[in-house]
Amino acid sequence: MIRFENVSVTYDGCSEATVQGVDFAIPEGELVLLAGPSGVGKSTLLGTVGGLVPHFTGGTLRGRVTVAGRDTRTHKPRELADVVGTVGQDPLSHFVTDTVEEELAYGMESLGLPPAVMRRRVEETLDLLGLAGLRDRPIATLSGGQRQRVAIGSVLTPHPRVLVLDEPTSALDPAAAEEVLAVLLRLVHDLGTTVLLAEHRLERVLQYADQVALLPAPGAAPVLGTPAEIMAVSPVCPPVVDLGRLAGWSPLPLTVRDARRRAGDLRERLAGREPERTPPATVEPPAPRLPLPRRRGRRAAPAAAASAPPAEVRALAVRRARVQALRDVDLTVSPGETIALMGRNGAGKSTLLNTLVGLVEPSSGTVRVGGTVPHRTSPRDLVRRVGLVPQEPRDLLYADTVAAECAAADRDARAAPGTCRALVTGLLPGISDDTHPRDLSEGQRLTLALAIVLAARPPLLLLDEPTRGLDYAAKTRLVVVLRELAAAGHAIVLATHDVELAAELSHRVVLLAEGEVIADGPTAEVIVSSPSFAPQVTKILAPQKWLTVAQVREALR
Amino acid sequence: MSEGTRPGTSGTRPAKSGSRPTERATRPSRALAAVPHLHPGAWWLWALGLGTAATRTTNPLLLALLLVTSAYVVLTCRPDTPWSRSYSAFLHLALAVLLVRLFFVVVLGSPVPGSHVIVTLPEVPLPGWAQGIRLGGRVTAEGVVFALYDGLRLATLLVCVGAANALASPSRLLKSLPGALYEAGVAVVVALTFAPHLIADVHRLRAARRLRGRPDRGLRGLLQVALPVLEGALERSVALAAAMDARGYGRTADVPARVRRTTTALTLGGLLGVCAGTYGLLTAAGGTYGLPVLLAGVVAALAGLRLGGRRSPRTRYRPDRWTPRACLVAGSGVAVAALMTLAGSADPEALQPGVIPLTAPTLPLWPAAAVLLGLLPALLPAPLPARLPVPLPKEPSS
Repeated sequence: MIRFENVSVTYDGCSEATVQGVDFAIPEGELVLLAGPSGVGKSTLLGTVGGLVPHFTGGTLRGRVTVAGRDTRTHKPRELADVVGTVGQDPLSHFVTDTVEEELAYGMESLGLPPAVMRRRVEETLDLLGLAGLRDRPIATLSGGQRQRVAIGSVLTPHPRVLVLDEPTSALDPAAAEEVLAVLLRLVHDLGTTVLLAEHRLERVLQYADQVALLPAPGAAPVLGTPAEIMAVSPVCPPVVDLGRLAGWSPLPLTVRDARRRAGDLRERLAGREPERTPPATVEPPAPRLPLPRRRGRRAAPAAAASAPPAEVRALAVRRARVQALRDVDLTVSPGETIALMGRNGAGKSTLLNTLVGLVEPSSGTVRVGGTVPHRTSPRDLVRRVGLVPQEPRDLLYADTVAAECAAADRDARAAPGTCRALVTGLLPGISDDTHPRDLSEGQRLTLALAIVLAARPPLLLLDEPTRGLDYAAKTRLVVVLRELAAAGHAIVLATHDVELAAELSHRVVLLAEGEVIADGPTAEVIVSSPSFAPQVTKILAPQKWLTVAQVREALR
Repeated sequence: MSEGTRPGTSGTRPAKSGSRPTERATRPSRALAAVPHLHPGAWWLWALGLGTAATRTTNPLLLALLLVTSAYVVLTCRPDTPWSRSYSAFLHLALAVLLVRLFFVVVLGSPVPGSHVIVTLPEVPLPGWAQGIRLGGRVTAEGVVFALYDGLRLATLLVCVGAANALASPSRLLKSLPGALYEAGVAVVVALTFAPHLIADVHRLRAARRLRGRPDRGLRGLLQVALPVLEGALERSVALAAAMDARGYGRTADVPARVRRTTTALTLGGLLGVCAGTYGLLTAAGGTYGLPVLLAGVVAALAGLRLGGRRSPRTRYRPDRWTPRACLVAGSGVAVAALMTLAGSADPEALQPGVIPLTAPTLPLWPAAAVLLGLLPALLPAPLPARLPVPLPKEPSS
């Protein structure tokens, strides 16, 4: 169905090819997963299928890509629209019209299908994706998961024979991700659609893939094989595979079910041992960085603020545009503690974080951050009490080089010159001073934003969905960094859909639903008891309470 | 409201696992029984009819009646979309226009002579070259009342346009364009959504400045986010263009060269004809050939457009239809405009109440009755729901 013949892509201004030596074919009706670390050219390879690379992005494509017998060199994306449906990373930039029903019809209108056919397919697709209740809704009012489903639906209605998806589940909560994947699986099974998708969260997708194409490193030729074959050599792998490697199982298990059936002996070996849990560090919180001398006379508060907890929230309620975003939320964050904030898309996680930095004013209840009221504190003072890395780290970056960004951060935080740059070097070696922040990879950008926020050494650090778009290696680095910060006494609150990250990092999990706290307790207790939030290792080794591969590795040593 | 909800359907509906309860709660019955949209052209004709009627009169009572009529129809008939919230923006704009008009009369004086002085402002002496301009001075009741009538007329016109906007968004109107112009229409629609996105971006980035410890208010903050905002907007535009292309925007069908040439000839010839015809109509000499040439030009241009539509293979999903209801709505607006124009020529005194001498305006009976015709859209029986509730798929057990 899709045939790559010795394909390589070189972007203008790059000396080396982004992808090269791509030479394989994907038969009809297969679900193929494109895996690999970030920055290896997954999105580029996906773009070549729909013809967007190079027709839209520029650059040079050597070799030949044929889709359903059409050569993408001679066919523009619009002429491939009836065989290929493409959904990019950000569904919002994909929408042309403003209501769900019109969006579903848009592609068919362009292809000139008869009105009767369009009407039938829109109804079918609404049912297939569970969107019937949303048909008249403006797209701007949908949640992340609903948008993703509408985006998939909108490319589905012209009945393309190939579906290309770039990280379809990375922005979704576990339940919504399963819904989207179930739809894809149904298409593959019932309609024989060929699906090619790239995803960082392999633990969600791997079990459904017929084949995996692995891009091991930038510029390296992809390796194609069955999931089990590829996972044996892959530098990126989900926890279930990692555990399989650790236990020496062969062939490697790909699903929780496979692994459970083989985990009897491992459970026996682990019986009687307890996972080692690191309690929250009981060190003193980091002192806010001292203001520069000229300011010293004006500030006399630190003594009182030091004894207050990093954050204290009492009976908080937030109402925004007729929607009750939060109600009756109580939360105390102590120094050195890491808290994972979980819940579905739209449960109020981001709102809670924004309230803590004073971006959102509470409708009732109190919020204290280091003893002050965030939305009444001036930004200059607030950065030394709390720092937030937003969902889109790019929002924090204004300058056009990394060096300028760091210098500005030092000035903003009134830290000694060079503080931020030293943090960047520490967190992420190998970023040169004159790089443009936009040219950094997703993980690098996140780290830069983190360094900028840390320049003021806030006792409370907030991260909103930090692992979106990060590969396993970048995630591991982030975990190490955040652990060190917690050990140094920073309190960390992270809002995340990533159960594996929460399991690995957090001491406490707070579950939100419809703006209310529905569970608040030690990580092991809260996420073990929930089927959708339990990490893979927990599911495999239940009823024993192991959370991560690292814990198991430690216990077996 | 006009929503038909069958008993027992909206309340007992189990939550679909994907939809969030907060959103479901906003409009539970809308999703089940959507009312078919009226043709957007009908609403625009209706509103412009009312607007035309407003330009025919300065009688404040008639204008107020027009305002109330349009507001009542908007409140009863507007759909629940983001667009329909623009009505209040238009109300504010109209009020601002009225106030500015009054302000100018008070400060700059009025050409209307009057004897009832309300207040005398200190007059600013102006140099000789500014002769004819006056700052301050006497403010007469006649001048203020005249400005009030005039401003109210303009405000009513604005509110009528706002009503059209709230009842049928301009983007829906653009979708009814002929096939040859469709692509241009989509481009306009996309451009229309650009501004709201830009404003949202500015809000987000200014908020983010707070996270960097910089003040999030003030002009400097706005200037500093300008570049990132424009960059972001540009990136999004490119992404949207790629997405639209990948979904078949701009596909063309093969048409024989003969048809293509005919299209070009018809369009060009038609436009030339329109130009020549208009010229003929406007000059005294061409009184005889003006109208026929203009008509022939229009016909040729329309034929060219129609033929040009063949190059675009696109079809229309559920196009808005001219239903009898739409005819009634459009007809009521046109009737109001026509009757008001008639009344204006039959009895100009009643529609233009005098300000010298100052008299209390009276409500002329027949024109007022004509304005009330504009209420017809609100009085029409609610249409039946377009479709019955969709049977629900079984809840997947998770």
